[in-house]
Amino acid sequence: MENLIGLLVLVPLLGAGVLLCGGRRLDRAGHWIGTLVAALSFVIGAVLFAGLLGRAADDRELDVTVFSWVPVGGFHADAGFQLDQLSVTFVLLITGVGSLIHLYSVGYMAHDERRRRFFGYLNLFLAAMLLLVLADNYLLLYVGWEGVGLASYLLIGFWQHKPSAATAAKKAFLVNRVGDVGLSIAVMLMFTTFGTFAFGPVLDHADRAGEGRLTAIGLMLLLAACGKSAQVPLQSWLGDAMEGPTPVSALIHAATMVTAGVYLITRSAAIFDAAPVAQAAVVAVGAVTLLFGAIVGCAKDDIKKALAGSTMSQIGYMVLAAGLGPLGYVFAIMHLVTHGFFKAGLFLGAGSVMHGMNDEVDMRRYGGLRKYMPVTFVTFGLGYLAIIGFPGLSGFFSKDKIIEAAFAKGGTEGWILGGAALLGAAITAYYMTRVMVLTFFGEERWRPAPSPDEPSAEPAAAAHEGAMPHPHESPKVMTIPMIVLAAGSVLAGGLFSIDDAFVRWLSPVTGHEEGNSPVGALTVTAATMVVMVLGVALAWFQYGRRPVPVTPPRGSLLTRAARRDLLQDDINHIVLVRGGDHLVRGLARVDHGLVDGAVNGTAAAVGGASARLRRLQNGFARSYAVSMFGGTAVLIAATLLMRAV
Amino acid sequence: MNPVNYLYLAALLFTIGAAGVLIRRNAIVVFMCVELMLNACNLAFVTFARMHGNLDGQIIAFFTMVVAAAEVVIGLAIILTIFRSRHSASVDDASLLKL
Amino acid sequence: MSFPLLTATAAVPALGAVATAAVPAARRAAARWLALGFSLATLVLAAVQLARFDTASKTPFQFTESHAWIADFGVRYELGVDGIAVVLIGLTALLVPFVVLAGWHDADPLETSSRRWRPTQGFFALILLVEAMVVIAFEATDVFVFYIFFEAMLVPMYFLIGGFGDRAGPHTEAEAAGRRSHAAVKFLLYNLVGGLIMLAAVIGLYAVTAHQLGEGTFSLTRIVEARAAGRLDIATTTERALFLGFFFAFAVKAPLWPLHTWLPGAMTETTAPVAVLITAVVDKVGTFAMLRFCLQLFPDASRWATPVVLGLALVSILYGALLAVAQKDIKRLIAYASISHFGFIVLGIFAMTTQGQSGATLYMVNHGISTAALMLVAGFLIARRGSRLIEDYGGVQKVAPVLAGTFLVGGLATLSLPGLAPFVSEFLVLVGTFSRHPVLGAVATVGIVLAALYVLVLYQRTMTGPVAEPVRGMPDLRARELVVVTPLVVLLLVLGIYPKPVTDVLDPAVQHTMSQVHKGDPAPDVRVSDARVKDARVNDVEAAK
Repeated sequence: MENLIGLLVLVPLLGAGVLLCGGRRLDRAGHWIGTLVAALSFVIGAVLFAGLLGRAADDRELDVTVFSWVPVGGFHADAGFQLDQLSVTFVLLITGVGSLIHLYSVGYMAHDERRRRFFGYLNLFLAAMLLLVLADNYLLLYVGWEGVGLASYLLIGFWQHKPSAATAAKKAFLVNRVGDVGLSIAVMLMFTTFGTFAFGPVLDHADRAGEGRLTAIGLMLLLAACGKSAQVPLQSWLGDAMEGPTPVSALIHAATMVTAGVYLITRSAAIFDAAPVAQAAVVAVGAVTLLFGAIVGCAKDDIKKALAGSTMSQIGYMVLAAGLGPLGYVFAIMHLVTHGFFKAGLFLGAGSVMHGMNDEVDMRRYGGLRKYMPVTFVTFGLGYLAIIGFPGLSGFFSKDKIIEAAFAKGGTEGWILGGAALLGAAITAYYMTRVMVLTFFGEERWRPAPSPDEPSAEPAAAAHEGAMPHPHESPKVMTIPMIVLAAGSVLAGGLFSIDDAFVRWLSPVTGHEEGNSPVGALTVTAATMVVMVLGVALAWFQYGRRPVPVTPPRGSLLTRAARRDLLQDDINHIVLVRGGDHLVRGLARVDHGLVDGAVNGTAAAVGGASARLRRLQNGFARSYAVSMFGGTAVLIAATLLMRAV
Repeated sequence: MNPVNYLYLAALLFTIGAAGVLIRRNAIVVFMCVELMLNACNLAFVTFARMHGNLDGQIIAFFTMVVAAAEVVIGLAIILTIFRSRHSASVDDASLLKL
Repeated sequence: MSFPLLTATAAVPALGAVATAAVPAARRAAARWLALGFSLATLVLAAVQLARFDTASKTPFQFTESHAWIADFGVRYELGVDGIAVVLIGLTALLVPFVVLAGWHDADPLETSSRRWRPTQGFFALILLVEAMVVIAFEATDVFVFYIFFEAMLVPMYFLIGGFGDRAGPHTEAEAAGRRSHAAVKFLLYNLVGGLIMLAAVIGLYAVTAHQLGEGTFSLTRIVEARAAGRLDIATTTERALFLGFFFAFAVKAPLWPLHTWLPGAMTETTAPVAVLITAVVDKVGTFAMLRFCLQLFPDASRWATPVVLGLALVSILYGALLAVAQKDIKRLIAYASISHFGFIVLGIFAMTTQGQSGATLYMVNHGISTAALMLVAGFLIARRGSRLIEDYGGVQKVAPVLAGTFLVGGLATLSLPGLAPFVSEFLVLVGTFSRHPVLGAVATVGIVLAALYVLVLYQRTMTGPVAEPVRGMPDLRARELVVVTPLVVLLLVLGIYPKPVTDVLDPAVQHTMSQVHKGDPAPDVRVSDARVKDARVNDVEAAK
């Protein structure tokens, strides 16, 4: 069984290699190869899962060291894998949702001439993500961590002939790199503290290190998580990342990669549990982001960007839960899994809508689509109900638990966190209803798109440029994944909660304790229901009852700020871009003027001096003779004088 | 006779030669003055050989004569070439040594 | 007497240089094949060295050769390699065939040119000559022999930089030639000044040994032995002065801020293969010599100078990276990126930890390969369009996907993406620095963000976006170019995933150097023994049962 773990990473990696280096002769079958590879890794994942299920609850950890990767002095990094309940949960999510999205992409990317490469990148992503969750040490995790960043870079910029896509890809990579600095410093700190960075020894001995050291490690891990999971203050890339093809947004920027931060925090539970300050920072980041993302999600008219805001916010919930310590780890992962189902479903639904609407993304230009796309409507609707926490659907179970856990934190902190989480739930209900209503209900506000100044994303769309869209249901190869994901978003939460199955499954790894909420569980659930209904009702009154203007109204100050992602890019621009620009230009001048200037100046000084000295060389033999005689005379005089003294 | 007197003579000859090199413009004369200086040295060497009672000075004097002969050959050749191309034997006219 | 492997490794390219130069003008194409053949033969010899190198050996140097040379001054022709040298010789021998192949047409005679000498033969002969000198500089264990070849390689480099440049550019042929010769003169003067100061120190070293040991010597092994036995005791001030003399020359060659300004000009004005030769091969002699001579001859002075050197290295890292961001010229950008990378190498050497020094040595290898990949592909790109300016490109990805893909891989290696070789070395350097100087290590880590910035901006502006008009119809990589790039890319991947064979060779040499400097690695705060942990877990499981 151990051998299968390595195979799990190797299979998609080989798939990526074959697809990317295979050349044009694979163009016709490339997409099926890619999908097959994803399905195969899902099968391996399922076999491993079954294997773990068959073992005793406290013996569900498999370690396998494949080879010694970097052995230098006291520094030992192994290429080793660790499979336990936490990582196998991720494996199933990644390969399961990944396979569905591969399948969906077969239809979605049907008309793209570079489809083979797209599947190659998707396989590369799978390999890197699996490496991330299966690694048994932080350095190998780091490889996967940057590997998914690379895949994300390549996929966001997949339509790189669009400057906006290329810029978005670069931005995503750069912001992530800032987070990566955090991760690498964390690994270095671990090495200097423990002399190793393998999960086992570090986490087992975390309590023996000083609290200050652990706090530093924790904060650095948090920085890394912020970058990868688009948490404040490194959240700015996620909205732009929607430039990528929609399946990418669904897989990478909703279901899996962006949740890697939550995995990192949960995996490092022992460190955070021993460093309350770092833990408080995690909670703060989560709470701020869940509100931040929700507010941004309310203002966006671009369906994918609205969903991206929502993703940010939902991950905020997970980070918040992970920051609560053993109270919340399990629920963070549980929400992560359910979110993987419903958010992937929502994105695929959005992709299906765009597919039928000539790649229109402006929700103000949708409307009344439920008649034309019944399957998309139903699956999107189920995802919608799941995310707002409609009773019985998966989002209800997972989110409700997080809100309970937040209150259970106790004290003023508990009230603030619980309040924030509740407020977030209300806003979630509001913006998701807005998305739902704008897209599927109301009158038809379509327009002949896309406009000429925005070059069409796909070559196929260019064919019917200028024509009115003819919304139609997507082909089966796209709807089937949507149906499966919708089923997941309906059932997952319920299944996990039967007999606390998920809690029992994960708690041996993460630890778990039931909190004592100052308000009862039922009260919390009721409050959640109330705020959800309020949010839905408000959105319905605003968008369902009244006609929707196709050009957005000016809106309040907050709306305008939210449309600009709460000024995140403006702040970054002023502080980093402009400041950096000045710094770089200044340095270039310094290099040319001062450093090189000193060198050239020396050269010029020597040259000038020699030009002057050259005048002594007048070419008159007799003047040379004079200097010779003079010199000799001086030498003789000096010698004699020295003798005399 | 006191050999020191020969040294005085050598010094005198050398000074005359040096002054000639510095003052005269005609290359031939300058050249002759150089020869004068060399011979002044020879005289001094021979005198020292006499004074110290060994042959070292005389041997060096022979070397000097060889060098002087070589110098005469090359020097006269140069002067002749310059005279041919410039129609002048003035050393100041041949100020081509500078860059 | 056994086969003089080390001399042979240096003699083969030297012979090749002579043979190549002697090819008659009518058959100039044969010069290329000849050069390629000799460089491959050198590669075979370097491979033999690596294969026969004994990692378990206790002697510091292997394959040693020693002959009297200038007996009056104690100069001996002494060669020997440790793990570090053998790996760097391997790198040199590996890269030169690619340099030759990539420069296949760089020295074709111009129709318009009225040059009388034979550029094709000259170009390849000079490359081989540089290779021979670099190899022998890596092998020399006699300071004087090292010094001679360290300086002598300037001469062929001067002619390579001054004589050969990109065919086209923003300048006319005459202007370009003027800029080239300016760059070449700057390169030569800079390095000569460094070399002269080093010469003074070399003589100083001789004087000290002659005074204290009775007879002067330049032999590294003898000096190190004498120091260890207490027979040689260099006064503190003298040692520091000598250290500075050596270090200055190596810092110019490396190049370390603020002595770096010759590099961008030299790398920009010459052809891409020669630029690779400069930065990937010749400059490595500088950093290598810091490890071999500065640290081993003057351990106390090295420790004394560490804070300043680390500071300069840090400045190099950030300064080079920031300036790379500001460049408009592709080759200049890569040159500044190299300055940043050399900062990392020096940082690792003077961090005085096993990780740092192993990382630095590995970094030399990986930087050689990654810069070669990036620079050679950039050279192919520039040759197609006839411009070095970033703004003249756009959308290359669309017309030449393989070129763009390999350029991206080279770029990703330059920004040290995990999975590619430079990541391992960069992380080792950072971790090695961090464990002794946490603040320095943390600040240096910022360099990885800047690296991502300049690489991705370069890639975005040249390769993505709408296809620029002049780029339309640009051919993709040709077979010869693929032969150059593919092995480099494969090596980047292999060394990223499995660097153990290289680190195994390096490790004993680094341990030896560390022991010379009397430094051990700092111990972790919490002792974690792996075995005990595993036992504890087993016990837990058993207890649970």
